[in-house]
Amino acid sequence: MIFGVTRIVNFAHGSFYMLGAYLAWTLVTVLPRGHLGFWGGVLAAALIVGVIGVLIEVLLLRRIYKAPELFQLLATFGVVLIVQDLALLIWGPQDLLGPRAPGLRGATEVLGVRFPLYELFLIAVGPVVLGLLWLLFHRTRWGTLVRAATADREMVGALGVNQRMLFTTVFFLGSILAGLGGALQLPRESVNLQMDLAVIAEAFVVVVVGGLGSLPGAFLAAMLIGQMQAFGILIFPKITLVLAFLVMAAVLVVRPHGLLGRPPSSAHVAQAVEPPLEATPGWGRWLLLALLALAVLVPPFLGDFALIVFTEIAIMVLFAASLHFIMGPGGMASFGHAAYFGLGAYGAALLVKHFAAPMELGLVGAPFAAGLAGVVFGWFCVRLSGVYAAMLTLAFAQIAWSAAFQWVELTGGDNGILGVWPSAWAQPKLVFYYLTLALCVAATLLLRRAIFAPFGYALRAGRDSPLRAEAIGMDGFHIRWAAFTLAAVAAGIAGGLFAYSKGSVFPTYMAIPRSVDALLMVLLGGVQTVSGPIVGALAYTWIHEQLMRLFDLWRLLLGTVILLLVLFFPQGLAGVARRRG
Amino acid sequence: MLEVSALHAHYGRAHILHGVSFAAREGEVVALLGRNGAGKSTTMKAVMGLVRPSSGSVRFRGEEVAGREPFAIARRGLGYVPEERRIFSELTVAENLEVGRRPAPAGLASWTPARIAALFPSLGAMMARPGGRMSGGEQQMLTIARTLMGNPRLILLDEPSEGLAPVIVERMADAILQLKREGLTVLISEQNLHFARLVSDRALVLEKGAIRWEGTMQALMADEAARAAYLTV
Repeated sequence: MIFGVTRIVNFAHGSFYMLGAYLAWTLVTVLPRGHLGFWGGVLAAALIVGVIGVLIEVLLLRRIYKAPELFQLLATFGVVLIVQDLALLIWGPQDLLGPRAPGLRGATEVLGVRFPLYELFLIAVGPVVLGLLWLLFHRTRWGTLVRAATADREMVGALGVNQRMLFTTVFFLGSILAGLGGALQLPRESVNLQMDLAVIAEAFVVVVVGGLGSLPGAFLAAMLIGQMQAFGILIFPKITLVLAFLVMAAVLVVRPHGLLGRPPSSAHVAQAVEPPLEATPGWGRWLLLALLALAVLVPPFLGDFALIVFTEIAIMVLFAASLHFIMGPGGMASFGHAAYFGLGAYGAALLVKHFAAPMELGLVGAPFAAGLAGVVFGWFCVRLSGVYAAMLTLAFAQIAWSAAFQWVELTGGDNGILGVWPSAWAQPKLVFYYLTLALCVAATLLLRRAIFAPFGYALRAGRDSPLRAEAIGMDGFHIRWAAFTLAAVAAGIAGGLFAYSKGSVFPTYMAIPRSVDALLMVLLGGVQTVSGPIVGALAYTWIHEQLMRLFDLWRLLLGTVILLLVLFFPQGLAGVARRRG
Repeated sequence: MLEVSALHAHYGRAHILHGVSFAAREGEVVALLGRNGAGKSTTMKAVMGLVRPSSGSVRFRGEEVAGREPFAIARRGLGYVPEERRIFSELTVAENLEVGRRPAPAGLASWTPARIAALFPSLGAMMARPGGRMSGGEQQMLTIARTLMGNPRLILLDEPSEGLAPVIVERMADAILQLKREGLTVLISEQNLHFARLVSDRALVLEKGAIRWEGTMQALMADEAARAAYLTV
């Protein structure tokens, strides 16, 4: 609902779900026991979440409805971070267990199998809510306006409907439902701080499979994926997490806009024309050269810790540059770039673990593994655009993550792979740093070269005017596909180096927060500047390091920084410098 | 009723309107003529607030509305019928009308689906049909009807005859004259001079984002030089 009307991909929806569960836990434990206490608590929790949703919509989202999609995604991710730390402060780190639902504690026999009553109740709740929503959308004036706005908001505005009120009410209802979903989990599962991102990734998959903005589609997709998971656990217990994403990939091959979705009516979407990329201005070049000189000359005088930080910064510059390559010149939003970083790291680590490969071979394997994933995932992703593509990249990153997390025999699961150390000659931190610096600078310069080569011009032409580019004989699909793969390869190099610098790899290397790290670096630097990712990676890695060292509640601070950044510097730091300069 | 003066508008860096000025009096039908790209649609969008004017003034019934949001402008009694029709294709005809419905100001007879059906009989026969399954002409009628449901005092009609069969164009002209008889003020943008002539009292001719010629429809038909300069391709 929220996406359909506001076109905002709301990461914080997972936080609303988590808040619903936490608030319900508090209310149900505080209120007197019994039907009123339990059901009253669940409904009150959902309503409170609705009010929180309205506050976020009014204070934050209203200001950024016209901002680029990725900024909106990032802003809502800032909310996720803030809510995580607030929940930690209020409810503590331990999992909380709620009471069981009064009146639905027992079980019944269904086809000879004992089945908990509460689960049966939940099975009924889904269709009932869908039915109520259907009535709301088809039998009330508000619902008619919402459906009209889903198709063409501007036209609804021109007919005299105050969109602001419509958006806020939709957000209120959507948040209530998210809160209700979380609250109803209380008797089934423990309440914990990981609920938010776990549910949002699945919700994205459901919404994409169903077709963005289609309510029956979402219901159908949820059924389909739920069934697949339920039966999948019997047949392929190892890949249940991957299964949902495989369903999504299969559906999107046949129907790129989801089961019941329609292509977005691009005619009415105001296209922001990207200003031409300008080469970094003279003073900027000198600044970058000075930074490079510092990066070469200073490290021999530094201690081990500083060397580690320097190494990480060099890696992050390449990682950010690779994401920038597909986002800026490519014009494709990626919310799962960590997949290629992580696959690079795992590519190297698996060679070490299973073939005892030396570092030299591992560093060749890293971009190869990432590039292969880029070829496969890219084929799906570059056919879509905007938020569709962004959600798809996120889903693929989740596939990679779940494989690393669940396929314990191969990847070691949550324990990761240890003992990924450089060859003897590169063991000293300083030597490894120089190796990293050399590879990262070389790869970053190659990416930059590609932006200003005919390939880069073709890529930008395809971004700014796909039809015209195709009409003069450019094969947009293959150009974007190649760019996507190239970016994946570069991210893989960064990931491989990262694995050797840390000596280990973990599934978190490709988790959502790392993809967000990369996005923040690029957006901090400014998407439409060539030197942006470099500046952004330097600034972000440094800020991140400081925040984590100085504050326990670094998520809260980082989230706030993201919000401020999105609200006040939509052009990024390098963009601000360029306007001034 | 509507006074536009020195209106400028931009799309990004492109300067589209270079100081458009004109007025429309209550009850008249004014045609906005000009070639493709002259700025007709942009003028309408700027009046409606869909394109934010960079400078200039739009006064509607004595009140400045430039810079206001489209919904606020619509609520003051300005109706907009876009060139691309933009009907809600998932919604039925009746629901499309419902989206446009707004209470009538005091003293104005309110538009109802029944009154719409009297104006466009073919719409009355297909109230339950989804908007996406209608012919081009029916969609054009629906988009006008939807705007009428907001009980406007003035409507901006952007190229209503575009892409329609000649028979339908004539029916459209009848409907517009009917609306004029009921006291509605109409600003109509057209490339089809024949159609504009059927319905309009006065003509404004746009060229390169400014009004180059202004006068009665008869005067325009008599002024071959002006037509050659601004209208013929």
